[in-house]
Amino acid sequence: MNLSPKKSKRTKSGKAWYKFSRNPLSVVGLVIVLFVIFSALLAPWVTPYPAHSGKYVNYGEANFSPSIQHLFGTDVFGRDVFTRTIYAFRSSLIMGIVVLAIVVPIGVTLGLLAGYFKETWIDVLIMRITDIFLSVPPLILALAITSVLKPNLTNAMLAVSVMWWPWYTRLVYGMATSLRNEYFVQSAELLGASKFHVLFKEILPNCLSTILTKMTLDMGWVILIGASLSFVGLGEQAPKAALGSMVADGAKYLPEYWWISVFPGLAIMLIVLGFNLLGDGISDLFSMEEA
Amino acid sequence: MNAVLEVKKLKKYFSTTKGVVKAVNDVSFSITPGETLGLVGESGSGKSTVAYTVMGLYQPSGGQILFQGQDVAISHHKRKRILKKELQIVFQDPGSSLNPRQTIENILALPIRLHDRDYKKGIAEKVQEILSLVELPVEYMEKYPRSLGGGEKQMVAIARALATNPSLIVLDEPTSALDVSIQAKIIHKLIEIQQEKNLGYLFITHDLSLMRNIAHRVAIMYLGRIVETAPAQQFFETPYHPYTRMLISSIPVVSSEEEKLKPGKIPSMGEIPSPVNMPAGCVFHPRCVDRMPICDQEEPINFEIKPGHWVKCHLWSPNK
Amino acid sequence: MSQLILDIKNLTVNFRVYGGYLKVLNEVNFSVSQGEKVGLVGETGCGKTTTMKTVMGILPQPPGKIAQGEIFFQGKNVLTMKKSEIEKMRQTGISMIFQDPTAALNPVFTIGQQLYDVVQHSQSSDDGQSRLSAHEVSIRALQDVSLPDPKRILDNYPLQLSGGMRQRVCIALAIARAKQLLIADEPGTSLDVTIQDQILRLLNQIAAEKQMAIILISHSLGVIREWTNRVYVMYAGSIVEESTTEELFSHPLHPYTRALMDCVPKLTGGGTAEGIPGRIPDYFNPPTGCRFHPRCPHAFALCSEKKPALYHVNDTHQVACYLYQEVKQ
Repeated sequence: MNLSPKKSKRTKSGKAWYKFSRNPLSVVGLVIVLFVIFSALLAPWVTPYPAHSGKYVNYGEANFSPSIQHLFGTDVFGRDVFTRTIYAFRSSLIMGIVVLAIVVPIGVTLGLLAGYFKETWIDVLIMRITDIFLSVPPLILALAITSVLKPNLTNAMLAVSVMWWPWYTRLVYGMATSLRNEYFVQSAELLGASKFHVLFKEILPNCLSTILTKMTLDMGWVILIGASLSFVGLGEQAPKAALGSMVADGAKYLPEYWWISVFPGLAIMLIVLGFNLLGDGISDLFSMEEA
Repeated sequence: MNAVLEVKKLKKYFSTTKGVVKAVNDVSFSITPGETLGLVGESGSGKSTVAYTVMGLYQPSGGQILFQGQDVAISHHKRKRILKKELQIVFQDPGSSLNPRQTIENILALPIRLHDRDYKKGIAEKVQEILSLVELPVEYMEKYPRSLGGGEKQMVAIARALATNPSLIVLDEPTSALDVSIQAKIIHKLIEIQQEKNLGYLFITHDLSLMRNIAHRVAIMYLGRIVETAPAQQFFETPYHPYTRMLISSIPVVSSEEEKLKPGKIPSMGEIPSPVNMPAGCVFHPRCVDRMPICDQEEPINFEIKPGHWVKCHLWSPNK
Repeated sequence: MSQLILDIKNLTVNFRVYGGYLKVLNEVNFSVSQGEKVGLVGETGCGKTTTMKTVMGILPQPPGKIAQGEIFFQGKNVLTMKKSEIEKMRQTGISMIFQDPTAALNPVFTIGQQLYDVVQHSQSSDDGQSRLSAHEVSIRALQDVSLPDPKRILDNYPLQLSGGMRQRVCIALAIARAKQLLIADEPGTSLDVTIQDQILRLLNQIAAEKQMAIILISHSLGVIREWTNRVYVMYAGSIVEESTTEELFSHPLHPYTRALMDCVPKLTGGGTAEGIPGRIPDYFNPPTGCRFHPRCPHAFALCSEKKPALYHVNDTHQVACYLYQEVKQ
């Protein structure tokens, strides 16, 4: 039995794919996420009725049940639900990306500082503030903020950011606390490296895999929270398409015109599922096991 | 010859919930350039604590640490920069002393960037120079620690220590986790480099056979104290302290010549007591086959039984 | 002639990885008879632990895959045993103790609870001990390993005991039920040398008292020399030399064995050898023929073509090396 591969192509990317794809569900997650991203980007070209994404009214076509011309049916204003769902992906993704872009640098930096300077005033200050934010029920906090400010996508993102950063601080705090005792960190300190170097070049790179995995999973959760906010009218405003508000609009018409709520709802589920599965795959990818 | 490192009555105590742990209690020794002082002992002896305190990872509770004449008995945060260049350490576990997320080049570039202002040739070239010093291929520069074997990782750690051209290197069990053939390679290299650069080594290990072949002088520790110090050959051929004799007789050896050298089989009794609850008098007395009445009353004093050979034991004290 | 308890023939094991296989074990031949103390010496990665795991039936498959070979335990082929038979084998046939006693004991259960588990699971009706309660058997087991105050220890948690005591508890767990064979994987390596000495002496004593055979795995030649009566030397997945302990140390034959002995620092001084040139082979693409040939100072053409089989130099000494064989051209 000849076990040696004919062309030994053990490339780095090949190895990475091998590790990632061992669990087929991760690949499913990747496919879902890629689908969502690309359909959102290419919405004007892949949807049948791009005009329906904004202000469009045609009562003559209202409340049609799903058919070939309208895969997900139409809503009370005659707008194609399928088109609007795809367009709604945009606000969902934007929310996920913007929130994480704000939250991750801030949360991670605070976590690094607090963990490295454990048991000093820096630690106490940062972690007590973190604790305060974490003790407020997240949705309440988001609701409170958005009701004070004007309800729109930007403020919804702001609200979610305010309540999301502490999770990264907590996560990185734990890792930094244990990493700072590793020999390689002590080596750098003993050599006289600056605190900046130790925090960002020695400790942080060892936290990245966990952070990235969390970010992937968080995309799904942030989108879900965003949908919850827009469900109560505190996100993307009409007539722009947003998954949560679409579910809310259609809720009044259940169970007769079920498609108006159900399909956007399923879309939310699909997105969260996709990011969750992808997150599992990412975490496998970073595992230290030899491929 | 002026000593590179002189440790005088060093103490390091830790306060724990169960009481005070006197990890290092009144330890003194010195190292001259080109010399290896071996510090041997079992778990709980305090040898690693000595190493870390000398490096400044711990603040001493008492005593002096004189490096090239200057007292540096403070935490490394407060030490002068020059010390971070002259005094280096190689840790025991090669797996965790190199940052798994950094390339070998980056790992070795750090000490150069910090201490060698003069790198006109470029850091990459300097890194190559150091790699060749420890006989590692230049291609390793782009690799990550996980692609290297344990011995190779330890070579990188040694290369890192050498990168700043230090005067003294502390080696804390550098080969304990490695196979014997790899250990041989590393020890051989360490001795070669020491002779080339006239380096002082504080070499810590529990492996007495290894110690015999690398140290010029050996000091054996038990529960925070040095109980015997001697030039290497004397230490092994004529050990005086009962603990030393017990330890040497327990070593598994591979040849009959070595068997003949071992003191008669002294079965080891008991285990090291809890460091919080140290025995009174001589700390070794509960396990000592040669115990005398005075041993649980008074702590013995250090006595120079032969030139350069010191023992801390009532058996050998002048006034019996 | 003592009865053969364990007989491993031509065992070849591969591990599936990205792009191919790691050919970890390469036709391993190994046997243990009743009452013997057999040593298995080799460096990290040579396959000693993989071999034992395969014997015990705890090799993860996948990614492991037994490509060929047979393992006979008391005449029965382990590789074709049913699950229930393997379990019985582990209860009354073979035990294994591992290098790190702390990792082998569950920190959230008392010693007593862990012992009772073992004792109760291996109640056998034909065994006189079943009449004694689990408690009594546990106490007996702890006394057998010379632990003082067994009653108190039963109530202790592993972390309350010292390293040496934990290792003794692991041995007690292994011998609580009578077994034919005990596999000790680097016992005492993580402990002080004086404690390791005590542990090895204990194993010796138990082997004699309970008439158990022992396989002692170690990377320390000194330990092997002192505590075994027959030795196998393993390199890169196969056995390269086998002999009585005395003869191995007085007349080592295989170039690897000799190089290894040279590398051991001697108590009598004299410096150390420079190590063995080269690295351990890449199991993904191992050297052809004899896997040691790239590092061997005496290698010649045949060495890279065909793997040398173990060849009897005399009744008690075998070597897998063409230097000692009549080569049929």
